[in-house]
Amino acid sequence: MPLPRTRGTALRHRLAELRGPDVAAKALDARALAALAANPGCKRRAILDGAGVNKAALASALGSPSAFGQSQFALTRGNAFEAKVKADGGAELLRLVHEKLDRGAEPPAHARVPELAAIGPEGRTARTALALREAGEARGEWTLLDHPMLALDVAGSPAFLEPDAVVVHPDGSWTVVEIKSFPMLDGSADPAKVGAAARQAAVYVLALEQIAARLASDSAPAPRVRHRVLLVCPKDFSNLPTAAAVDVRKQRAVTARQLARLTRIEDIADTLPDGICFSPDLPAADLTAAVESVPATYAPECLSACELAFHCRARSRASGAVTSLGRSVRAELGDLTTVEDVLSAARGETGDPDDPAVAALRRAAHLRAEALGREAQALGRKVPAAGQPADALGLEAVAPCR
Amino acid sequence: MTAVFDPGAAATEATDAILRDTLHGTARGVVVDSPPGAGKSTLVVRAALELADAGRPLMVVAQTNAQVDDLVLRLAEKNPELPVGRLHSSDADPYDKALDDLPNVRKSAKAGDLGGLSVVISTAAKWAHVKVDEPWRHAIVDEAYQMRSDSLLAVAGLFERALFVGDPGQLDPFSIVGSEQWAGLSYDPSASAVTTLLAHNPALPQHRLPVSWRLPASAAPLVSDAFYPYTPFRSGTDHGDRHLSFGVPSDGSGPDRVIDEAAESGWGLLELPARHTPRTDPEAVRAVATVVRRLLDRGGAATSERSPDPAPLTADRIAVGTAHRDQAAAVRAALAELGVTDVTVDTANRLQGREYDVTVVLHPLSGRPDATAFHLETGRLCVLTSRHRHACIVVCRAGVSELLDDYPSTEPVQLGTLVKFPDGWEANHAVLARLAEHRVAWRP
Amino acid sequence: MSLIATLARLEAVSTGRAQPIATVRHRRLSERPLVFVPLTTAGEAGAPLGALVGTDRDAPHLLVVPQPRDRDLRFAFLSELADIVLPYIDTYAEDVEAAERNETDPETGKRVKVEVELCADAPQLILPSRAGVDFVRLLGRSMRFRRTAEQDPETPYPAPPRVPLLGRWLTHFGERARVPGSSLLLAMTDVLARHWATGQSTLEDQHLGALLAWIAPPQGETGAEAALRAELARDAQGQLLCPPAGPATDPAFDNKLLAPAFERYDRARTALAAAEDGLEADDRLGDLTAAEREIRALVESRTRPTWDAVWRGLDLVRELPEAGRVEERWTRDRWSFTGHRDRVAAGEPPQPRRDDAVTAANKLAAREREQARLEAQEALDDPLVMAGRRLSGEAFAGEVTEVVMAYSEGKRPSPRPLVTVRTDDRPHLGERAKVFRSLGGKPQSAEFVGYEEALDKGDEDGGVGEDGRDAGALLVLRVLDKMGRGKEPEEGSVPEKGDLVCFTLFEHEQRGGAKLPDPEETPWTHGGPPGEQVSEAADPLTEEDVL
Repeated sequence: MPLPRTRGTALRHRLAELRGPDVAAKALDARALAALAANPGCKRRAILDGAGVNKAALASALGSPSAFGQSQFALTRGNAFEAKVKADGGAELLRLVHEKLDRGAEPPAHARVPELAAIGPEGRTARTALALREAGEARGEWTLLDHPMLALDVAGSPAFLEPDAVVVHPDGSWTVVEIKSFPMLDGSADPAKVGAAARQAAVYVLALEQIAARLASDSAPAPRVRHRVLLVCPKDFSNLPTAAAVDVRKQRAVTARQLARLTRIEDIADTLPDGICFSPDLPAADLTAAVESVPATYAPECLSACELAFHCRARSRASGAVTSLGRSVRAELGDLTTVEDVLSAARGETGDPDDPAVAALRRAAHLRAEALGREAQALGRKVPAAGQPADALGLEAVAPCR
Repeated sequence: MTAVFDPGAAATEATDAILRDTLHGTARGVVVDSPPGAGKSTLVVRAALELADAGRPLMVVAQTNAQVDDLVLRLAEKNPELPVGRLHSSDADPYDKALDDLPNVRKSAKAGDLGGLSVVISTAAKWAHVKVDEPWRHAIVDEAYQMRSDSLLAVAGLFERALFVGDPGQLDPFSIVGSEQWAGLSYDPSASAVTTLLAHNPALPQHRLPVSWRLPASAAPLVSDAFYPYTPFRSGTDHGDRHLSFGVPSDGSGPDRVIDEAAESGWGLLELPARHTPRTDPEAVRAVATVVRRLLDRGGAATSERSPDPAPLTADRIAVGTAHRDQAAAVRAALAELGVTDVTVDTANRLQGREYDVTVVLHPLSGRPDATAFHLETGRLCVLTSRHRHACIVVCRAGVSELLDDYPSTEPVQLGTLVKFPDGWEANHAVLARLAEHRVAWRP
Repeated sequence: MSLIATLARLEAVSTGRAQPIATVRHRRLSERPLVFVPLTTAGEAGAPLGALVGTDRDAPHLLVVPQPRDRDLRFAFLSELADIVLPYIDTYAEDVEAAERNETDPETGKRVKVEVELCADAPQLILPSRAGVDFVRLLGRSMRFRRTAEQDPETPYPAPPRVPLLGRWLTHFGERARVPGSSLLLAMTDVLARHWATGQSTLEDQHLGALLAWIAPPQGETGAEAALRAELARDAQGQLLCPPAGPATDPAFDNKLLAPAFERYDRARTALAAAEDGLEADDRLGDLTAAEREIRALVESRTRPTWDAVWRGLDLVRELPEAGRVEERWTRDRWSFTGHRDRVAAGEPPQPRRDDAVTAANKLAAREREQARLEAQEALDDPLVMAGRRLSGEAFAGEVTEVVMAYSEGKRPSPRPLVTVRTDDRPHLGERAKVFRSLGGKPQSAEFVGYEEALDKGDEDGGVGEDGRDAGALLVLRVLDKMGRGKEPEEGSVPEKGDLVCFTLFEHEQRGGAKLPDPEETPWTHGGPPGEQVSEAADPLTEEDVL
């Protein structure tokens, strides 16, 4: 099939141009792939991720550095905990897999822990695939793959992923293991963090499913990749590991769909003017223009999910977009999208009074002004320099309704 | 499996097994999943009559007063001699006045007044205030999937054993305050009654009514696949068993063409141009009203296994479903302008359990700038797309598919909770994909 | 977010400062709140790093754990915290008044009134943010099952005497904070955000510094500018000018300042332990003290700005007059406080790790009731909140245009006057819908009879005037109660022509829910009785319970 290959090559070439000469592509990891679902409507993020642009470097070059950092205390603890979980040939980890996911199987008295070291990600990927195949042949035994390397095809390029562990059960099925250092307190854990772990694990499940499909032959069906992953965390306030099974079917479906949609980066790339480049070495003004040429859909949730968020927030605020106040704000505003449009419609200066959004805004403005003893027409107009904060609060005595 | 599927036989077999477990089984509870229109009410009435016949005092727990009154009426219709108690609240107009015409139905706000009757029926809220020395031998809990776990906790001491009946695909119960702190507990008070019941009693017999008598052959596969992927059901009728026709030919307008499409295929999508609108999108509201007006004006006639002679498609056989109450109000106002006053217009919550020949649905995501968990809730779309016997017409602005694709998926995950399947996002995609095959562009 | 609140946010954007979304204060603020600004160690569950705590804004107590991995130092911190918090609580526990409570008589099963003590006031804990409130719960959970040497001489790492008790109190405060409208434990960000809308998102409002910047920006600066500075500005060393309100610290602080300070402290301690004689020990003790002082200074530098911000927030909110029904809700907080005081005094065990089925259901029901109560009360107390309910069709206000006397049928006719109200609002009134107005603080109910021909029925859906007002509608209500026992209504109990009235479609008072079974009668559907109450075991301690 020569045609797709050519098109693929052309795209890779185009994406390299976007990245800038001599700028290596930033490999996508599971966290980045899982984050694709955080704001899938954002074309800016899609093209930057697709082209392997280092968004943190880009954000700094734009003058709005990202604020993601990790405390070394957390890092130390995370590493120490993982080491503890995997100590002793992973005995404790395998015990948890058996207890939480596969009680019917023979308890893992001893397990195979194949050596996965190899040179380069490609080498490690091949080594992992081989280990998985061999584990499948060792029916009836438990196998622990410590930090395997998986490749996942993302819009034509391979992304290399490194799960904490993959366990092959005696029945030949595979389980993804995520080891996290946030606690499970009395059996429950921070739902936001569990959600993030589940999305990340779903990426590994997808990658494993690609490998499993390749292992299928006429004589043997593809190994089953379990859709319940094992999340291992410290128990309560201790450093003892405990675990819970997490069903990632939903996250897997969402991520699979978003990965499939990533192919549209070609369409986005096609809409960009020639000569656009996101290299952090360019002057800030050029970069701003380049970034601006791809539309973003900024929302406050981006602040915790995207390195470029502060830049996009500043642009979104400058343009007066109401969504900079939150996605939900738009729900009742119809096709009014800027702060000034909404306020002027509410003041009665613009807008079609038959449009229910406009009518509701005017009623809201009127009711609000009435309750505050103000004029609706003055809505959102600057009050001449209020001295004390309380002056600006509009605390005219309005008797509560009887 | 080469045998031809016989819906009647399959349904009878299921019902027999349920009644056997209920009347003669040893388990304290029996759970029955009933997809839309699978004869849940018929089952409840039949089980009640057989339990009464067996001389076992029976209490029936339903969730709303309307459901309670409906059950009383159905029971009296099947057996006018049966002494039935209707336990009601002490509010004004606590029950349907039609009950006053039934000689063997006794009504009271005090359970003590209803002692010795074969069957006593009330809402879960009212039952919760009842105290008994001796529990009822048997109970039937209707709409058990819409009942909250804490509500079951309040009444479960009143009976020894119970038959739990409900539709798992409809809207889940909710609470107005956060209940995350109990997520993952087997008795999470905000979970559904059935979830708690089965968590504590996993060995209870569980049955499923396998046949929808309401949904036509055109609708059952879609509703089953999209909303009941692990518990599929079939339509009781086949393609060609039902027929919807119109005396007045199409005038070529969008509404008429979508009506014809829906009459032919069972589904119709009337698509308005993409635009972000407030909930009460005037154009979409007008489109809904126009479709209803045309349905009435065009002299519709429905033939089905029930009536081989064409039955006229009258206003009481049509319903409009919306996601929000203000949308329902706007549609009612628009219908009034067109001189239509007696077509039911309601939200999904209130349409649960109801049945019509044709439904017109304002898609929950139509015109929205963003999707929310509320709008994606599986049960909402399931209710809206499973009320019809003949055809369902969905009115929607273009762009919903993109809206779904752009929906951020960052849901938190509570350990220990069952993942609700399918999720709204996938179900919405499935329904949209199917509707797209029956798309008609809006042209007034 | 209601459209009125959305408008307030947009107004804030365009005026450059936060806008009011309440005209009165909807939360109780104690005259002597205990402010608590804790910090925690990254990556460790419940390992405190330090805190500022106290009731005197000019003299907070600084508590520091110079090495959070050291159990003894953590216990010392908790012990010190208990020595500050528990005496504060005790002052409120001792001051009581007589009150009555309905109880079920164990012998007759009847509801009877019992004379009991009610604490005259209750303590109040103020945390900077919601994350702080969660940390209070975490601390409570980590302490309440600890064993002291007195409780259990065998326990391997006995906790200081009052630590388990502090855990029980913090747990109680944390649990009470989940009850809508309660004020025993408040997050300053929540209190501020309840009363002002800023020009940023609710997510960004979680940052106390940014939130305050919008509400009271410094002279010559807009809220947006000040908030941005509070959020992101860093000094030459790369440290945030406005440190996060905690309990989590900024990673740059951990990595650049805290980690080296811990290292120096650890080195000094090792050196001290290795000292070979008294003289050397004295020297090395000096080093250790210096290292500890350095960590204390670091912790103070990160907590003091937040401490000051919390008090500034208190000043701002205090300027709003307290809403009328706050006192009633505070009384419920006092009952809650008194109840826990009594449970502690009666020697009951600490709160279990998980609620049983009945307790969980009772809590959920109570919170739903309180949520409905809060929503009703806030609207009745505050015309701006009521405006939101009017906009959403759940209430209407207008002028009485006509009152016609009418009577109920029956042997003893009672007054059922028909009141016509002209309103610009558009309530969602169904047939015979019940509506309520507040009459002397009590709800009076009326029934919707129907619409009279509207004044201007030019437009079917009501029509909107040029200024955004409706042309108005006339609706007729039948007043149902609160008119006395006589044939004629009591003076002032029926609105008169020309009166301005406001009716709600929601009820003003909440009915009590059904009584649930006692836990020992938990039905089979919910797992049956939980069985004999066993006292919860302490968390197992490992050699090193934090890494």
